[in-house]
Amino acid sequence: MYETNYHRATSVDDAAAKLGAAEDAKVLSGGQTLLPTMKQRLAAPSDVIDVTHIADMKGITESGGGIRIGAATTHAEVAGSEIVKRMLPGLAALAGHIGDPHVRHMGTIGGSLANNDPAADYPSAALALGATIHTNARQISAEDFFTGMFETALDESEIVTAVEFPKASACAYAKYPNPASRYAMAGVFVARTDGGVRVAVTGAGQNGVFRHAGLEDALAQSFSADAVAGVTTDPDQLLADIHGSAEYRANLVTVMAKRAVAACA
Amino acid sequence: MTGSAEGIGARVTRREDKRFIIGKGRYTDDMNVAGMCHAAFVRSPHAHAKVASLDADAARAMPGVIAVLTGEELAADGVGNLICGWMIHSKDGTPMKMGAWRALEHETVRHVGQAVAVVVAETRAQARDAADAVVVDYDALDAVVDSLDALKPGAPQIHPEAEGNLIYDWEIGDEAATEAAFASAAHVTRMEIRNNRLVPNPMEPRSALAHYEEADEHYTLWTTSQNPHVARLVLSAFYNIAPEHKLRVIAPDVGGGFGSKIYIYPEEMVCLWASKKTGVPVKWTSDRTEAFLTDAHGRDHHSEAEVALDADNKIIGLRVKTVANLGAYMSLFSSSVPTYLYATLLSGQYDIPAIHCNVKTVYTNTTPVDAYRGAGRPEATYLVERVMETTAREVGMDPAEFRRKNFVRSFPHQTPVIMCYDAGDYDASLDAALKAIDYDGFAARKAEAARRGKLRGIGLSCYIEACGIAPSQAVGSLGAGVGLWESAEVRVNPVGTIEVLTGSHSHGQGHETTFAQLVSERLGVGLDTVSIVHGDTDKVQFGMGTYGSRSGAVGMSAISKALDKVESKARKLAAHLMEASEGDITLEGGTFKVAGTDKELPFFQVALAAYTAHNMPEGMEPGLKEGAFYDPTNFTFPAGTYVCEVEVDPETGKTEVVDFVAADDFGTIINPMIVEGQVHGGLTQGIGQALLENAAYDADGQLLSASYMDYTMPRADDVPSYRLMTTVTECPGNPLGMKGCGEAGAIGSPPAVINAITDAIGTNALEMPATAANVWRALKSAQPAQAAE
Ligand SMILES: Cc1cc2nc3c(=O)[nH]c(=O)nc-3n(C[C@H](O)[C@H](O)[C@H](O)COP(=O)(O)OP(=O)(O)OC[C@H]3O[C@@H](n4cnc5c(N)ncnc54)[C@H](O)[C@@H]3O)c2cc1C
Repeated sequence: MYETNYHRATSVDDAAAKLGAAEDAKVLSGGQTLLPTMKQRLAAPSDVIDVTHIADMKGITESGGGIRIGAATTHAEVAGSEIVKRMLPGLAALAGHIGDPHVRHMGTIGGSLANNDPAADYPSAALALGATIHTNARQISAEDFFTGMFETALDESEIVTAVEFPKASACAYAKYPNPASRYAMAGVFVARTDGGVRVAVTGAGQNGVFRHAGLEDALAQSFSADAVAGVTTDPDQLLADIHGSAEYRANLVTVMAKRAVAACA
Repeated sequence: MTGSAEGIGARVTRREDKRFIIGKGRYTDDMNVAGMCHAAFVRSPHAHAKVASLDADAARAMPGVIAVLTGEELAADGVGNLICGWMIHSKDGTPMKMGAWRALEHETVRHVGQAVAVVVAETRAQARDAADAVVVDYDALDAVVDSLDALKPGAPQIHPEAEGNLIYDWEIGDEAATEAAFASAAHVTRMEIRNNRLVPNPMEPRSALAHYEEADEHYTLWTTSQNPHVARLVLSAFYNIAPEHKLRVIAPDVGGGFGSKIYIYPEEMVCLWASKKTGVPVKWTSDRTEAFLTDAHGRDHHSEAEVALDADNKIIGLRVKTVANLGAYMSLFSSSVPTYLYATLLSGQYDIPAIHCNVKTVYTNTTPVDAYRGAGRPEATYLVERVMETTAREVGMDPAEFRRKNFVRSFPHQTPVIMCYDAGDYDASLDAALKAIDYDGFAARKAEAARRGKLRGIGLSCYIEACGIAPSQAVGSLGAGVGLWESAEVRVNPVGTIEVLTGSHSHGQGHETTFAQLVSERLGVGLDTVSIVHGDTDKVQFGMGTYGSRSGAVGMSAISKALDKVESKARKLAAHLMEASEGDITLEGGTFKVAGTDKELPFFQVALAAYTAHNMPEGMEPGLKEGAFYDPTNFTFPAGTYVCEVEVDPETGKTEVVDFVAADDFGTIINPMIVEGQVHGGLTQGIGQALLENAAYDADGQLLSASYMDYTMPRADDVPSYRLMTTVTECPGNPLGMKGCGEAGAIGSPPAVINAITDAIGTNALEMPATAANVWRALKSAQPAQAAE
């Protein structure tokens, strides 16, 4: 790890000011991605601005029929939240299977979305549920937020402050974990909302999380596991690595979709 | 033996665990010396390249930097190349072709991560920063990573000494007799078998702290070693670091080794040399990436195996051709692993009249490969037990019955591949395992699993391995550079407390407990009066260290011999003090008694009398301290049966190990709880190899699985709750009847797992690791329609 300066921000404005003041500052949330990257000397921010002590960026509340989750809320808090379990059980279950207990008690939803790892779990929920990402400057729909592998619509020093999820009549997530990292090899989030059925796939796509039109169409006609069993995914669009071929991931997308739909029942 | 509640067979908890559990273990990286500086290595990003130039000017000018040292300086100072300590001759009689391995390479790098220079700086971060600032120009060369590719004409030539990358072409067994057996065979089974490459991953990474004191011309090295005396010997005799009496090697608490900490690596040598060169103590601790790239890897075999049966399904011959990948350099014991530690076990538990095995070892542009938990025996067992299962399926016999039909039943049994099995009862462990798993009820369990959409399979492995290495004269005749005896010293203090100095080294095995249990058993004293001293060349006279499950059978036998001498002297003294004849003296529960009288003297009073020396028998020296060397008479042969049941999810290919029974014969057991811990760990490593672990390289020689994000270590939820049992035949070869238990789990389990999965999925075309993706692919190629569903 290279030397860095640590700052603890007291408010969103304070964090923004500190970010602007330093030469090459980065937001530090749960640190579960940023710190390992720094330890491997793959990132060398001059300053890190810790946002996990900003009261406005933490906690889970019901808002306008949906749920608002502060960006610095940990995965464990989301997994254990009575509000989330009642209104979006699929989201609570997703959070409860991220990494291991250490990671879940440090890592945060804002950090995960801002990082947009192509194998991360949360992006699929945000995209399938049609979440809105709040920043210190604006609101961005999930559709517009994820722009590619590790790429988002965030500006250089823009801070995610909260995520708002609309309610869903049913939702579930099925993940096939990478055996080593336990990130998603293929994760499928299925959401049934007033606006219809939306399906987002993470872990498998070459450009990160994506909505799956084939699965959505099949489920719009019949919301059942059988309906998706025959839906295929073009392997040319999918990742291949030492853990599995694109064909294998394509198979997993179908199998996970079936399981997510079954879990919605 | 006097017996003791804390003696042999007692399930006492491990005495060393308190300090480990409360975080007070003392590891090499915990050691600090005043004025200590830190080393960081400049490492090659290429698998094969010429070093065109190296510019360290900028690095030398950086804050805190004491020195940047290069391979040219190392060579100029006469530091020797790294050695391989076991000479193997090819079948044509020529010695193995060893390429030069320099601790810092300044001409040609041969694997990613090879060190080309070292930076010594005041802090670790400064050293790291300066290492990044050393500018090295490389001219990249073509690399080769697969051993079969390395043997092909036109493959990149890695060492000038080894033409065509072939190190040796060795054979064992009777080729003509084996040919004859195949010529008369009623059935022949042929298989190709690959044994995957593994990264050892001990929890504690390697570390070294070297301190040269100019006034005494003396070095101290704290290091993560399984055998500090061997390290000192090699550093002195071959690397010209210092004569032995000027070099103290200390291996304090060591957090796991699995073989990877047997060897001398470039980094320890460089720290010693750099400490003298710079005049400051130098510490280096590997980070996890360095560990992946530079700790000696394990396994990596390609084999072709053929077995010949007569019309009655008795095995009449076994023919094996193996190509073993030794990586870019020959590590300390690398040459012995795919030869004498492997091919000598190819007879398995079976009476096979003719065996022939040919082994070629090959250089590649990968991390050096050496012994890793099991060392050769897992490779042999995997091959034999995959072949046994496959052959049984081909001839339509029950796999258990096929094995039983071919078991060795009379002992001693001379195999055609050197080993002479001394004792065993293979039916007993097979019976115990089959009963525990309810072998007859398997069909019902399979049907029930099918109703849940799962494919259930069962697989066996009847393993045998060789431990307690080894008779010095025998290994010497096979090419070993050292003898493989062990030494011990038992020091009884004037107050009767006891220190046992041993040449064995504990890095997780629990010696502080089991060795003390032996003393308790023999002298009837409490464990709290015994301490075990190891790991320091200044304290222990000499020792060969711990590997090959030798510390019980060899190390404890040495202690037992020293205890014989202590007991004998104490008995004579007790007889003298109690004015009785020696023949009437008994030792019971820590007290010497005169048979038929009420006279008695506790052991500690006899010890005190030995030191006051006020009243000694004529001619007896004062004191109570004895040493012994023990050289084994044979290998020991732990054996057993493992049965694994799996369920495969046909949709994802994911395997769940749902049941695992292990019936082991380890001979005498000192502490059943520690033995169970060893078996649990071994089984988990074996299941890890079978299902998860793989050191994968790309064609350019980059290690793709160089972190835990990509290298899959087994975790608690990957393994079942094991069901363990033992069947005991005592080992006739050593005083305690022990065989060794440290590696059996890792040796015996991989074939049981793969046999179970191939049984479940109905196709044999599956290699390790049987990841979900690999199993899914095997299923799909066997039954395309069903798997695509
Ligand atoms: C062992 C391990 C296993 C894991 N397994 C999984 C898994 O199974 N599934 C999964 O999805 N994830 C997994 N993760 C990642 C984990 O969920 C991380 O917590 C998450 O990806 C990043 O969140 P963080 O709060 O730790 O962010 P940090 O590491 O602090 O930051 C990550 C990046 O986001 C930026 N950032 C952070 N917060 C903000 C913000 N509010 N506004 C703008 N930018 C911000 C940072 O500057 C940095 O670039 C794992 C991590 C580890 C270490």
